[in-house]
Amino acid sequence: MRSPESPVLSIEGLIKDVGPLAALDGKMLRVVNGVSLHAGRGQVTALLGANGAGKTTTLECAQGLQKRSGGSIRLLGEDPDLAGAALRARVGVMLQDGGLPPSARPLPLLRHIAGMYANPLPIDTLVERLGIDLFSRSSVRRLSGGQKQRLALAAALVGNPEVLFLDEPSAGLDPQSRQIVFELIAELRDSGMGIILTTHLMDDAQRLADYVYIIDGGHNVAEGTVAELLQHGESGKDGITERTLSFDAPSGLDLRTALGALAEGLVLSEDRAGSYTVTGALAPEHLARLTAWWAEQGIMPASLRLEARSLEDVFLDISGRDIR
Amino acid sequence: MSNSSAADLASAGSAPSAPAPLFRRILLQGKYETLAMIRNGEQLILAVILPLLALFGLTVTPLLDGLGAPRVDIAVPGILALCAMSTAFTGQGIATGFDRRYGVLRFLSTTPLGRTGLIAGKILAVLAVLALQLAVVGAVAAVLGWRPDPGGWLPGLAMLVLGAAAFTALGLLVAGTVRPEATLAITNLLWILLGALGGIVVPAVRLPAVASDLAHFLPSGALGEAMREAFLHGTFALPQLSVLLLWTVVPGAAAVRWFKWN
Repeated sequence: MRSPESPVLSIEGLIKDVGPLAALDGKMLRVVNGVSLHAGRGQVTALLGANGAGKTTTLECAQGLQKRSGGSIRLLGEDPDLAGAALRARVGVMLQDGGLPPSARPLPLLRHIAGMYANPLPIDTLVERLGIDLFSRSSVRRLSGGQKQRLALAAALVGNPEVLFLDEPSAGLDPQSRQIVFELIAELRDSGMGIILTTHLMDDAQRLADYVYIIDGGHNVAEGTVAELLQHGESGKDGITERTLSFDAPSGLDLRTALGALAEGLVLSEDRAGSYTVTGALAPEHLARLTAWWAEQGIMPASLRLEARSLEDVFLDISGRDIR
Repeated sequence: MSNSSAADLASAGSAPSAPAPLFRRILLQGKYETLAMIRNGEQLILAVILPLLALFGLTVTPLLDGLGAPRVDIAVPGILALCAMSTAFTGQGIATGFDRRYGVLRFLSTTPLGRTGLIAGKILAVLAVLALQLAVVGAVAAVLGWRPDPGGWLPGLAMLVLGAAAFTALGLLVAGTVRPEATLAITNLLWILLGALGGIVVPAVRLPAVASDLAHFLPSGALGEAMREAFLHGTFALPQLSVLLLWTVVPGAAAVRWFKWN
């Protein structure tokens, strides 16, 4: 496990039991079973996992919202269970469900929260930056999902925290909101803030995270930078890189004429009418032969796509492809 | 969203993050919750309109005749007790129940306000709204001819605050343990039941026998009786004081133990 030079958050062997639950004959349920992670300043650390993996519980233990059953947590060097107002002022939290009163209006609400801090950020700047000025007269209950998320982010940032927790920050975001929120997260990271977020979306992790912990079944199953995780397993099976090339061309091509051009082990098929894929350990010479075959046949593909492994493949390899 | 403001945000917060002083945080939360309660229409009906209607009802009907004092003098202390039940139990209970549902309690407890600041703010809001109710009901009552014992204000206000504490503890206990819809039903139903038969506005001696016996041990009956003792005779009602203390300590401890924040 990596240890950043100045971790804002260190979790070692976190355990959280909930219950007793009637569904388990009055037994306790262990929802987090040994999660360990470190998050540094000026970095985005992502907890990636399916719903129910234990991401939110881990975050809530770190925020002091839930008491842990075992393990240790240091948030800015302190135990969050014993945290006072001074520590809470240095930590911003955006909850999964927002946590904003439905009848409140954005500006008075932000001003109210700002009042809890000695050195809050200027509200006007924050509001303008997140585009909240465009809906500042509506009550929270009338806001769209993306607007609510932006307001919740503003509420988490208004105290100018050193550490920012974001629980599923892209949930319910429309493309514009997503752009605004992701740009801001990157900027805050660059300004030195330590950002810890959870997500079940590979795309979020791939776009935002400097370091990713994959959580499954209440404990970490893999970690690394996005690049490291992508390498993990890329040469895993006998050192061979599986790739998929797909192209659209007129339907009903005689694939036998192409088979001689391609190497053994490659699979060429027409999945739907006019939609073809080649999968296997594709090498540059295969591409040359494929395009030569197109030239022979007088084919100009309408589209062409070459894909290596995505973080999603890595994630599914690690945490299994079963539906839970 | 102009690009010029992009850099501002990161550089704007050069001062280290720090909490505002505790006193200011609680005062702010108290003010915020007070305004939220006053702006809520249903809340206002429960807190002011219904108690005033009850006051008119009790002064124009002979229900309180023959108890040794003018109708209005017997009615007003009970109406003030009813106000405390409206605000501390039903109003604060419902507001807290829905705040819990929407995650507001969890979010605010991650800010410098914290859980204790949040509770302190709620208590402050209950006291502030109660003061407004006292002013309105007191003014209307004065017009109706209320002439309280001047020595009644000290024990009366003390009992009113203690009663508000008991009903706040009960309201938070309900709000923190059941769904907000259930909190809404329970606190409204109890408000009607205790208001009519709990010895709060109609003295226990005028209630049906079963309700009359029970009322002495209910927070409603104890507060109503203590308020009448104070404003009619200028005395501290010690038996009622101990009943109210019990209704503050036990539900308060239960709320600390069983209140679920999420």
